[in-house]
Amino acid sequence: MEYVIWIPFLPLIAATITLIFGKWYIRKQAHWLPCIAVFGSFLLSFKALLDVIGGARANFDLYSWVIADTFHAAVGFQIDPLSVLMLAMVSFLSFLIHVYSIGYMEDDPGYYRFFAYISLFTFSMLMLVSANNFLQLFFGWEAVGLCSYLLIGFWYQKKSAADAAKKAFIVNRFGDFGFALGVFLVFLTFGSIYYEDVFARVHEIAHTTVNVLGVEVLLATLIAVLLFCGAMGKSAQFPLHVWLPDAMEGPTPVSALIHAATMVTAGVFMVCRCHEIFELSHVAMAIVAAAGMITCFMAATIAPTQFDIKRVIAYSTLSQLGYMFMACGVGAFAAGMFHLFTHAFFKALLFLGAGSVMHAMHHAPDPTDMRYMGGLRKYMPITFATFLIASLSISGIPGLAGFFSKDEILWLSFVSEYPWGKLVWFVGTVVAGLTAFYSFRVVFMTFFGEFRGKEVLHGHEPHESPSVMTIPLMILAVGAVVTGWLGVPHVLGGHNHFAKFLEPVLGHPHINLPYWLYGKKEWIELFLMAISVGVGVLGIAVAYVVYVKKPELQRLIPERYPALYRYLYNKWYWDEIYDATIVKPTFFTARSIVQGVVDSILIEGVVNGLPDLIRRGGESLRRLQNGVVQTYALIMATGAAVVLLLVYFF
Amino acid sequence: MIPVSWFVVLTLFLFSIGALGFIVRRNVIIMLICIEIMLNAVNISLVAFGRALEHTVAHVLVFFVIAVAAAEAAIGLALVVLLFKKTREVHMDEFRLLKG
Repeated sequence: MEYVIWIPFLPLIAATITLIFGKWYIRKQAHWLPCIAVFGSFLLSFKALLDVIGGARANFDLYSWVIADTFHAAVGFQIDPLSVLMLAMVSFLSFLIHVYSIGYMEDDPGYYRFFAYISLFTFSMLMLVSANNFLQLFFGWEAVGLCSYLLIGFWYQKKSAADAAKKAFIVNRFGDFGFALGVFLVFLTFGSIYYEDVFARVHEIAHTTVNVLGVEVLLATLIAVLLFCGAMGKSAQFPLHVWLPDAMEGPTPVSALIHAATMVTAGVFMVCRCHEIFELSHVAMAIVAAAGMITCFMAATIAPTQFDIKRVIAYSTLSQLGYMFMACGVGAFAAGMFHLFTHAFFKALLFLGAGSVMHAMHHAPDPTDMRYMGGLRKYMPITFATFLIASLSISGIPGLAGFFSKDEILWLSFVSEYPWGKLVWFVGTVVAGLTAFYSFRVVFMTFFGEFRGKEVLHGHEPHESPSVMTIPLMILAVGAVVTGWLGVPHVLGGHNHFAKFLEPVLGHPHINLPYWLYGKKEWIELFLMAISVGVGVLGIAVAYVVYVKKPELQRLIPERYPALYRYLYNKWYWDEIYDATIVKPTFFTARSIVQGVVDSILIEGVVNGLPDLIRRGGESLRRLQNGVVQTYALIMATGAAVVLLLVYFF
Repeated sequence: MIPVSWFVVLTLFLFSIGALGFIVRRNVIIMLICIEIMLNAVNISLVAFGRALEHTVAHVLVFFVIAVAAAEAAIGLALVVLLFKKTREVHMDEFRLLKG
């Protein structure tokens, strides 16, 4: 299966050529090469997927990177169900979004730059998922972070975009620091950074403890928590979630590809990849579940108060990522991956739909503000239909992709062997209702009612996007429906192919039911399904009443509970809290101690003091040079005499 | 045969006269002459040692010193003439342009 190396390298070649020749030679044709390259890697990924389904596996090194004593790092590929699934998904979505960008980014002065970056991102992400060792995973991890930075700050002339890019990069630094420590610890413990070596020997540390600041903790807990730090940064989980909503400053295709479908799910992928380590430690699993639950709930409460269509979807992404981590936190890794997979389709679709709406509204001063939308159903029927499908899918309406993956998570958490399983189920169900509510709030505010943006558009009519944009939407809409059918649970007459496909890598979760409920397992599963569907429908119904039938109800919460509303509207004040506890103290330390003491006293003391010393020495020595030749001769003669005397006497 | 130590004493005196004259006299021409005296003191000691040690290199070296001394005198005197033309002055302690 050596051909898999071309899956990441085709986009890399395209990115390099586009970046070098784009500005002067390729210009308006810059989309061809990346699109073809990514399509090529999609075809190869699909071939790899079929091969893996046929039983093929591969694990080989392409190039030895570092050989130092026992440390051996290589560029290597591990092709198994988990990686091949990610390869196929990433390359497919990336291709669609490349095509969509042809329409969306038209006339942008940075056209070639956009395609170069997004191709480079595709390369990085494909390297990340196909790695066979932790170092290459880390390489991909940082490279996608770099591309994310470049693309969030794509419109770098805008201060808010440049700031958002910096924020994303810096917040990720915190997580990546922990992740790097985790990789070091893996090497220290196992003497290897190859997955197969590490996971084959992972049971050896099942009872090893280490002393951390006086507390005895399991080694596995430490490794898992450090690795999870990276996942919290990359997948924007609480408390490192603050960068993702701001990342919406980037172009919308970027939000769809990087900040919804692929890069942000790298954390979930990593946790699944390392699930052997996580499963050794209940503490780590609890932390994963807790981070997931907090993020999931928090984002779902913030989303309904925002008016920026992209921000609502960004919070929805946060919330769904929390869902995936909740699944991982109860040991249902395959369910987490399943949700990752379906979510990638319907979330990419939501973002691209939002992009299409923004394309229609681009004459407005703020094309993302939903308060100026409404009634767009008539103007852009394809966008409306596809957006509706995505929203139904994310709300968990039976038959669509989101339904199957979400119910898999809820069911497996309810019967989980972990004690926090029931709590996860409860949070998940509540959030399912909130998700349906805010998703349909977007649908109703954007596509229903009267068009409210006549004044801001100055006579321009909103219009449907060109077919280069709507065709990817339609393909994704199909994906948002059918991807769920890959994992139809047994209780609904399916075979759950998805979980079975991943079982060799991820194992299967342990179901823990009281013995007296064993015979009623199917009924419980159906009952839970009914609850979550009921909650979802209720959410949609409430949204319909509030945003279509009785718009005056919208003022109810802000007027009755202004404090609560302000709290949610300001995103739980996390930005302000971080500003007060981290940003301001950092600036203060930087200005007063680093700049005030270290820089201006210590460093400048040395840097300016040394020349000062030399100058003063020179001032006093220059008196010797009085310009009279005879003085010099005298000094010379004296010197010669002294030397002679020294030679004579010693 | 005159012992070599006599020559050494002679050149010591000659060299000291030259060095002292160079240091204490202000007239540039006298200073140049003092340099010549020192050089010739060195020449005498070179020849004396060369003969005592039966070594021809010392004799050859003397010719080089004489050639350098001639060149030095030519350049030195030319400088003195130019200096005098410019400043009407031949006293070395008046020239302090290179004071630090």
